Amino acid sequence: MEKQTCDQCIRLENIFKAYEGKEILSDFNLAIRRGEFLTVIGSSGCGKTTVLKLINGLIRPDSGRILINGQDLADLDLIRLRRNIGYVIQEVGLFPHMTVARNISYVPDLIGKETKGDIRSRTRDLIQLVGLEPELLLRYPSELSGGQRQRVGLARALAASPDILLMDEPFGAVDEITRKQLQQEIKGIHQKLGVTIFFVTHDIREAMKLGTRVLIMDQGKIMQEDTPSYVRDHPREGFVQDLLESYLDNSCS
Amino acid sequence: MAQKVWNIYLDRSDFFIQLSLEHLRISGTAILFGAMIGLILGVLISEYRKTTPVILGMTNLIYTIPSISLLGILIPFTGIGNTTAIIALTVYALLPMVRNTYAGITSIEPSVIEAARGMGSTPLEILVKIKLPLATTVILAGLRNMIVMTIALAGIASFIGAGGLGVAIYRGITTNNMAMTMAGSLLIALLALLSDFLVGGIEKSVKRKWRLK
Ligand SMILES: Nc1ncnc2c1ncn2[C@@H]1O[C@H](COP(=O)(O)OP(=O)(O)O)[C@@H](O)[C@H]1O
Ligand SMILES: [Mg+2]
Repeated sequence: MEKQTCDQCIRLENIFKAYEGKEILSDFNLAIRRGEFLTVIGSSGCGKTTVLKLINGLIRPDSGRILINGQDLADLDLIRLRRNIGYVIQEVGLFPHMTVARNISYVPDLIGKETKGDIRSRTRDLIQLVGLEPELLLRYPSELSGGQRQRVGLARALAASPDILLMDEPFGAVDEITRKQLQQEIKGIHQKLGVTIFFVTHDIREAMKLGTRVLIMDQGKIMQEDTPSYVRDHPREGFVQDLLESYLDNSCS
Repeated sequence: MAQKVWNIYLDRSDFFIQLSLEHLRISGTAILFGAMIGLILGVLISEYRKTTPVILGMTNLIYTIPSISLLGILIPFTGIGNTTAIIALTVYALLPMVRNTYAGITSIEPSVIEAARGMGSTPLEILVKIKLPLATTVILAGLRNMIVMTIALAGIASFIGAGGLGVAIYRGITTNNMAMTMAGSLLIALLALLSDFLVGGIEKSVKRKWRLK
């Protein structure tokens, strides 16, 4: 196999994945370029989370291969790989027994290569990057609002300066206003850090607004993948058109 | 009656102090072993779910054996005396520890563990940094139960020739000295209550520190 060009930082090749005999992905192929903000949209149960977890090795494919920066995931040390991939989930999963500061510095603390002072100063930078006051660093997750928790989750995912950020419906559980703010912020962070983002959502407006590329899935198959403007102007017939109808209706009103 | 008991304490204070210390030594040893083995087993069955029914079933079964017969069963193997008593108490101490460690770990919000795993923690790091701290209050509640139970149960150890405050109770019964039996029983209750209070205090401060429910 020829060496992968490194601007393709994530590649899924001929992936098959079934749960208890039920096929979720069959011959799934996807390439994500470095620095891209890929939004993945599809109805619930269509396999979005499965694809996301294939990328950080939380789920193994039945067959096919996954390449990260040209290297086969099967040959990589998954622990090290995951420490270099930011991971944000809808439930956030903050550690309730740790302060915000210790939550954010969780991965740098695991890696243990930097000095305490360096980690502390980056923790402060990060909390400001996600739009929170440094005073919050001493609080515990139970003392935060839902939006604040989501922001801390994002800061935690960015703490080890990852090249890749995996986000699984990260703004699904917050109110409309907070979601709008968080969308602005993640867009800004993407531009500022140039990190490659794989962003799962079930909100077509969110997908169109955030993505530099939108991937529309249905029942484990890619229906269309293109820039938001191309998808809007040339939606593929059927599923994509139906999905976009609701979006266009809403954006006109 | 109260007066009589009080007098016994005053007259034979050395005897009771010595019995109390021995009681604490026997139950303390069993508590220590029971806590350690129970914790390890509890962690084991929550990490390797295949082992859960076997180990939980076995500790449950042991728990249902009446203490007198367990002591009787052990005598042919380990003789009479403190060792047998400690083994029996340790075995009884397992269930509350195993059960609570398991319950504490398995009741952790799955998203918390999912996040820890997804961010690149090793299984050991997840156990030490996430699971055990978050299970601490449930484990401590089990420990508290177990300590009270072990101290109380250690009272019957004298029936197989072990020491401790059971000696006073046993002597009281055989010599028809009600005050003596009472004196021993009260001290056992006092020790149990004190340790319950102590562990309860630790439990509270841990809860406060880690903002746990
Ligand atoms: N561990 C599992 N065991 C069995 N079925 C699963 C498991 N995880 C996911 N599934 C099934 O696989 C399908 C795709 O799941 P998922 O990738 O989580 O969908 P999405 O994230 O798009 O909602 C769903 O039908 C789901 O029920
Ligand atoms: Mg999902």
